[in-house]
Amino acid sequence: MSVVVVDYGAGNTRSVLAALAHLGAGGVVTSDTHAIGSADLVILPGVGSARSAMVHLRETGASGALVDRVREGGATLGICLGLQLALARSAEDGGVEGLGLAPGEVVRLTSERVPRLGWCVVEPWDDTYYFAHSYVARSDAAVAWAEGEVAAVRAGSFLGVQFHPEKSGPAGLAFLERCL
Amino acid sequence: MPLARLIPCLDVAHGRVVKGVSFVGLRDVGDPVELARHYSEGGADELVLLDIAATPEETATLTEVVERVADVVTIPFTVGGGIRSVADATRVIEAGADRVSLNSAALADPGLVTRVAERFGSQAVVVAIDAGDEVVHTHGGRVATSVGVVAWAKEAAVRGAGEILLTSIRQDGRRSGYDLELTRRVREAIDVPVIASGGAGSARHVADALAVADAALVASIVHEDPGGLGALREAVVACGARLREVVR
Repeated sequence: MSVVVVDYGAGNTRSVLAALAHLGAGGVVTSDTHAIGSADLVILPGVGSARSAMVHLRETGASGALVDRVREGGATLGICLGLQLALARSAEDGGVEGLGLAPGEVVRLTSERVPRLGWCVVEPWDDTYYFAHSYVARSDAAVAWAEGEVAAVRAGSFLGVQFHPEKSGPAGLAFLERCL
Repeated sequence: MPLARLIPCLDVAHGRVVKGVSFVGLRDVGDPVELARHYSEGGADELVLLDIAATPEETATLTEVVERVADVVTIPFTVGGGIRSVADATRVIEAGADRVSLNSAALADPGLVTRVAERFGSQAVVVAIDAGDEVVHTHGGRVATSVGVVAWAKEAAVRGAGEILLTSIRQDGRRSGYDLELTRRVREAIDVPVIASGGAGSARHVADALAVADAALVASIVHEDPGGLGALREAVVACGARLREVVR
């Protein structure tokens, strides 16, 4: 099983690799378009701002490689910002065009305290995962929710999650194992 | 609201975890990587590592500790102590930290909060405030400033802090309960989450803190009995706090 963790300059790729290592799997951190095209699973992780992430993905050609990959049915997992980048557009940083891997857009959270930091129960999966975000998806392709906000989006071979499975203890590792 | 968080704090000096009372009289309580692994597996919701010796010579040591912690824990962790620039923040985040905690350097240069938030997002920026009653203290609590605690918390949030870590110097290490009144006032003044810190001596103290804060830091109470974290969680829940169910 070959796993590529997409490098876009600000992502916390080390945590994703550490989680894969807990599962006995390895991963390669790269923005190489050929590697993105040919891997069994591609993970688009997420820390940082939407604009700088998209600029980096476009400069390296990774954005086009991700679009082609999902069109051809290659399994792709977006985590947190990685989910948000996959939608059509984001309101972050004054408005950013996304990859369009899944329908929907990203808006600022309107909950009582932003950022939303901590563990929430995800329904209908009934598992508890760690969230850390200020923006959130609005999507017709949502498949899971936490406290009424979108927690996961699925479109074709793309699955995006707002939570951090790599930081969600045994429940998160079990989730990643199912993705592998 | 997300579930409340119970956060063990590892104060690190010269590569070892230490703990004192009101920031002085430090004694060795263990190896940071082993304790971090233990708490991650034992049901901590998050971890905080603070390099309290933070000097330029310590930088390389801390980075190595952060890398080793990142490899063994499966929960988020925040690293603070001696972070004075975006480059310092980048170094610890690239080493595997999820969030950075800014303290003295942010007070001296509040623009630092904004610059780190622009690079990594507000969720990655904690501003730690060491409160000596009403005013902010810096340099490990040794230097009193004229800046009010509530005023600085408000400014830090406006500047881009995603969370405030509020430590009562008076209560720290005394195990007689958190400064609930100050914590409540700070949280009411801002709209980002607040971690209460300083004074945990019992499950009741922690539950009381979680009634006025989003998370509670614990140090002495867990370092003394690292195997007791699960029992502490159960006791805190029995006191009425909402913590996640820990899956083993």
